[in-house]
Amino acid sequence: MSMPAMKTEMPAVVTPPAATAAPVVTMTPKRAPRAAAYARMAKETAARVVPPLIVVALLLVVWELICRRAGSSLPPPSKVFKDTRELILDPFFDHGGIDKGLFWHLSASLQRVAYGFSLAAVAGIALGTLVGQSVWAMRGLDPLFQVLRTIPPLAWLPLSLAAFRDGQPSAIFVIFITSVWPIIINTAVGIRNIPQDYRNVAAVVQLNPLEFFTKIMIPAAAPYMFTGLRIGIGLSWLAIVAAEMLIGGVGIGFFIWDAWNSSHISEIILALFYVGIIGFVLDRLIAGLGKVVTRGTAAN
Amino acid sequence: MQAYLKLDHIDKVFTRGNATTEVLKDINLTIEKGEYASIIGHSGCGKSTLLNIVAGLTGATNGGVLLENREVNSPGPDRAVVFQNHSLLPWLTVYENVKLGVDKVFARTKSRAERDAWVMHNLSLVQMAHARDKRPGEISGGMKQRVGIARALAMEPKVLLLDEPFGALDALTRAHLQDSVMALHQKLGNTILMITHDVDEAVLLSDRIVMMTNGPSARIGEVLEVPLARPRKRLELATNAGYLKCRQRVLEFLYERHSFVEAA
Repeated sequence: MSMPAMKTEMPAVVTPPAATAAPVVTMTPKRAPRAAAYARMAKETAARVVPPLIVVALLLVVWELICRRAGSSLPPPSKVFKDTRELILDPFFDHGGIDKGLFWHLSASLQRVAYGFSLAAVAGIALGTLVGQSVWAMRGLDPLFQVLRTIPPLAWLPLSLAAFRDGQPSAIFVIFITSVWPIIINTAVGIRNIPQDYRNVAAVVQLNPLEFFTKIMIPAAAPYMFTGLRIGIGLSWLAIVAAEMLIGGVGIGFFIWDAWNSSHISEIILALFYVGIIGFVLDRLIAGLGKVVTRGTAAN
Repeated sequence: MQAYLKLDHIDKVFTRGNATTEVLKDINLTIEKGEYASIIGHSGCGKSTLLNIVAGLTGATNGGVLLENREVNSPGPDRAVVFQNHSLLPWLTVYENVKLGVDKVFARTKSRAERDAWVMHNLSLVQMAHARDKRPGEISGGMKQRVGIARALAMEPKVLLLDEPFGALDALTRAHLQDSVMALHQKLGNTILMITHDVDEAVLLSDRIVMMTNGPSARIGEVLEVPLARPRKRLELATNAGYLKCRQRVLEFLYERHSFVEAA
């Protein structure tokens, strides 16, 4: 009788098992000590965090080695850090005009993305629902969507500048027009894929169209919608930097362009770093939101 | 007894492009109030189509369905369906799934508290009150089907339509659920129309078994009364002469006179 469960018991309570023990194995829930649980968590985190850190460190070393010699066209990481120390340490300064800290540039860009993307989300889900629900809407609109969605974001900019005669709404429009297509297309696919079973349930219960929309369509298509929203937010962030380079003013895109014009290559590299991080965070944000909202939908 | 539910000369033809398939031909059937009727036939004979026509989910090409002498041709809670694959909405809890129908059917006649009590009452009828806050993904197949039954019962349907309700369950769970449905029928006296392909299930549960010929153009081949007293006990019936005779009749119909022709 050397059951492994016995071994974890404290020595004080070891009782000799009865000779005629019934063949019932009681599974005592093992409560791992808290320290062990933390240690395991730390180990798991380390397993995920350490490999990318090593890769980044290696890349930095290689970059440093390549760019360290005199006459190199790009600065090595050590120089980037030295040049941009002020920008990194004080992102909140505001000397008027466009001479602002990185925080203000990024927040201006994020604001434009927020406006444009929100509009795209509303319009995209509405149009996607229409196209997914109605065969005639799909026949009429789908070819149009397929052509329009291939137009590069920046190609819309001159047209929107002509229409709005102002940089701000033009940038928002470019965000909108870039991110709306994946939202429309994915929503439409989601609506079209609603199982007939759910439609039957709705029919038997006699949900009216509005109730059908809110209680069946939106939850059932939510995973698809969030796929579209996630692609959309990525594209918005791609488009805003390019659009801001052209429209000027405050914004991370213009900051990069301005740095290029002033030959501050280190600042460009720092800005790229921030752009990448924020794009990543935006993507995770939408993915996380989708996870919360669609909780249970996938588990069928 | 007058006809409570009447299927009157129903034909169903599916048309796809130029090809037309006649699925059902001249189906006539009357079901009395409180009766438990089963429709049995080989797969593909159109029995699910027939149930969908009664439910109003599919339209009949000719003929119609009369419920209490009134024609019904669109779906509604008076003919609640228990679907084969439970069809619970996975983003709603067990309670919310049942409440969806209750809120619509009793929107005016019951107060909020009464509706809540009614949902819980129906969940208790199928012994699922304990799982009210679980989502369908967190409960077993048999439990899902119980909730599906509770959802249908909670709409107080005039006719309860069961579309192979136990088809997706393992044998033990199926037997358990059959007993539950029998007990519910005994207790509530619902009128039930069930689709099945299981001979034992049909004989055990039904007052009348409607046997369908093979499609295309499936007809009602034979209607068999099951003269067994209720409540019925599964174990006692296993050796009951009347039970075995009914079973024999259905088996003969299905496997000798209308044996399934495999579609190539």
